[in-house]
Amino acid sequence: MKIHWFKYAAPQTFFQLSGKCIPSLMTIAALLFVVGFYVGFILAPTDAQQGDAYRIIYVHVPAAWMSMVIYVVMAGWAGLGWAFNTRLSSMMATALAPTGAMFTFLALWTGALWGKPTWGAWWVWDARLTSELILLFLYIGFMALQASIDDARRADKAGALLALVGVINVPVIYFSVKWWNTLHQGASISLTTAPSMVTVMLLGMLIMTLAFWAYAIAVTLMRVRCIILEREKNTDWVKTYLERQ
Amino acid sequence: MMTWLAMGGYGLYVWGSMGVVLACVVIELIGLRLRSKAITGKR
Repeated sequence: MKIHWFKYAAPQTFFQLSGKCIPSLMTIAALLFVVGFYVGFILAPTDAQQGDAYRIIYVHVPAAWMSMVIYVVMAGWAGLGWAFNTRLSSMMATALAPTGAMFTFLALWTGALWGKPTWGAWWVWDARLTSELILLFLYIGFMALQASIDDARRADKAGALLALVGVINVPVIYFSVKWWNTLHQGASISLTTAPSMVTVMLLGMLIMTLAFWAYAIAVTLMRVRCIILEREKNTDWVKTYLERQ
Repeated sequence: MMTWLAMGGYGLYVWGSMGVVLACVVIELIGLRLRSKAITGKR
């Protein structure tokens, strides 16, 4: 059987496929969020040191992970679009940026709400916090740069350059707690060592992370569908699609 | 129930975090809905 690997690289076919995936992804995200909330806020015990303030971990850590993962994926799509002139790749990068920025903002905001009761400060110029703030500026810079250029193809290329240069900040964020003396605690979980937290706490955090993943994919697909319609508005298939609405 | 909501005195921080997450999600979804409507409503 011959597999058409690039069939869904065409905006038209991807538009149809993404439209079918969004309801399932949103349902999965909502269900996982409810289960994650139940595990994290009902089943998980109170932390011996931080009391119930630690429960912010169920949104803070998944948001922080998503902020980094989305940036890497965004830079990957942007680079792919730049190298191979594949329109959909650049559209995906553009669609990912606002959601990535939102998760970065959430990581910073929930971090401040966690920092105040545990450290006694909303904000410190710690390596982890500062590099995460730089990530937010990179997202905003990427979106602002693209918005400032009228020609979409030129905007994609300029954005790709910024995204690819900025990707160096992601390992800096991740390893900042190892490279420098930081007030921020070390990694919550590691692939090489056993988890330092109770299984039920870890489970709640991982379920919430999966919920955030499903939500991020669904929302990105929703946004890329808008971008496809905006950019391909002069094509016959978009005109036909809009007439049917 | 009130004890659970109080979160051991950290309720403002814990529910504040959950609230801002839900607010951002709602704002993003409304924004996308409006953007989609603007595209399809142009014609």
